Amino acid sequence: MRKITCIICPRGCTLEIEEAQGNEGYIVTGQMCKRGREFAINELTNPTRTITTTVKTIYPEIPRLPVKTSGEVPLGKIFEVMKVIDKAVVTHMVKSGEVIVKNVLDLDVDIVAASDMYIMMGV
Amino acid sequence: MSEIKTYDVIVLGAGPAGLAAGYAAKQAGADVLIVEREDRAGGILKQCIHDGFGIIRFKQKLTGPEYAERYIKMVNELSIPMLMSTFVLGIQKNNELFELQLVNKKNGVFALRARALVLANGCRERTSKQVFIHGSRPAGIYTAGTAQYFVNIMGMLPCKECVILGSGDIGLIMARRLTLEGSKVLGVYEAKSTPSGLARNIVQCLEDYNIPLYLSHTITRIIGSGRVEAVEISKVDESMKPISGTEQVVKCDGVILSVGLVPENEIAESLDIKLDPNTKGPLVDQNFMTTMEGVFSCGNALHVNDLVDYVSESGELAGLQASRYARNSHNRNLIEIKSNNRDFLYVVPQYIDTSSDNKSAVIYYRSRDVKQNVKVIIRCGYNIVYQNKHSVIRPPEMEKAELDLSNISINQDCKLEIIMTEG
Repeated sequence: MRKITCIICPRGCTLEIEEAQGNEGYIVTGQMCKRGREFAINELTNPTRTITTTVKTIYPEIPRLPVKTSGEVPLGKIFEVMKVIDKAVVTHMVKSGEVIVKNVLDLDVDIVAASDMYIMMGV
Repeated sequence: MSEIKTYDVIVLGAGPAGLAAGYAAKQAGADVLIVEREDRAGGILKQCIHDGFGIIRFKQKLTGPEYAERYIKMVNELSIPMLMSTFVLGIQKNNELFELQLVNKKNGVFALRARALVLANGCRERTSKQVFIHGSRPAGIYTAGTAQYFVNIMGMLPCKECVILGSGDIGLIMARRLTLEGSKVLGVYEAKSTPSGLARNIVQCLEDYNIPLYLSHTITRIIGSGRVEAVEISKVDESMKPISGTEQVVKCDGVILSVGLVPENEIAESLDIKLDPNTKGPLVDQNFMTTMEGVFSCGNALHVNDLVDYVSESGELAGLQASRYARNSHNRNLIEIKSNNRDFLYVVPQYIDTSSDNKSAVIYYRSRDVKQNVKVIIRCGYNIVYQNKHSVIRPPEMEKAELDLSNISINQDCKLEIIMTEG
């Protein structure tokens, strides 16, 4: 049995997960909503996270643009993804959701803008 | 001199509380102005690039800038005027009207009037002086918010190897952020025996990156002249006093402080509005009106919230009630809500206005200690009006109770009282 703190929402339920006898998968207890079960199983088998960071821009008024991964990436790949993001430079005005790096490391996840540069510039 | 313009409601602050207050006041039909001292709206959300904002309000995990943008767009769609880079110099109340002296680059010093005011000034970080770290002042000591500004807005790394004092959420988030950007975070030191931040942040910011958390430890000395060279760490006892003989020196070039937030109420204090020593924000009724008629408080200026969703919620209520007051004020009848410091860090609001038409009240409370299997009860005399069982209650997590006051007769002899019991 393993104890896991759920990070899906700020409540932070303490989950307990163990492999069920036979072919029944896992037994998860302690969750206050449905999302806890899936989270606990993923956490045991393939933990994933969303990365939020910034990329360089060519605009001196906004030296950095907030970005995020469009989906979750494996926990163990975070630093590799960061290396790719570090090399990116935004050379035109973008809005929230616009793709900055497509299909990063073939993970089927894009790096997208998480802020609207027009709003950041106040225009 | 041109005539002084009078608004129904002036909102001070264009962070998440102020934007929500302005939006709600305008929707309720008020003539509203939002005043902001920075050059951009959004408040601290601009630099909070991590996600997890808006789970309650928008049912989505948004980053701070994305959450702020939603409200900025809502405010723009209603064409609510915003005065940016504008500072309030002073406020007087004359004949039921507030007269504000303001200053900005475009207009110089100028005056405006308002029938109601919403204070949405947010909060400030405690500094090293406020937590009694003495000694010389080398470079390399930053509050977590300042470090966050350097990294996320300016794109600069404030240190290469650092320690973090305090386990507040911003400190935990900065531990991850600095690690992702290539700094080494040697450890997070917390004087209390339990973490201050949310459990999820301990997991996703520290455990994910193998950053150690040392509870019941504090920094007792900062070593270095010119630049931080090391810190002296000591264990502390239950009363948070350093235990001599436990000192150890940790080499680092940066110290990040995450030792708590304090509501910003300089303007409220200048108006002689009474503050609650527990929240450090104004005393308010269920409409978030302060002890001064016509002045409302919301967001982190009222009390430090753990979620921006609640900040927006309080802004919306304050804005709506400010617009109602601007049109039709009534004589208040304030009855205090009884609570105790033994079980509760604080309870907001502190009063119920029994003559208000608003018969629904949301009571926010925080437990003083981590406790298991407790019941929180709100009663009016022998009449129990609310009860909630908590399998675990922790100080970092704010709880709320929604009450319908329409069938409860609250008066000086029968006040609302909030109690915490076992079971």
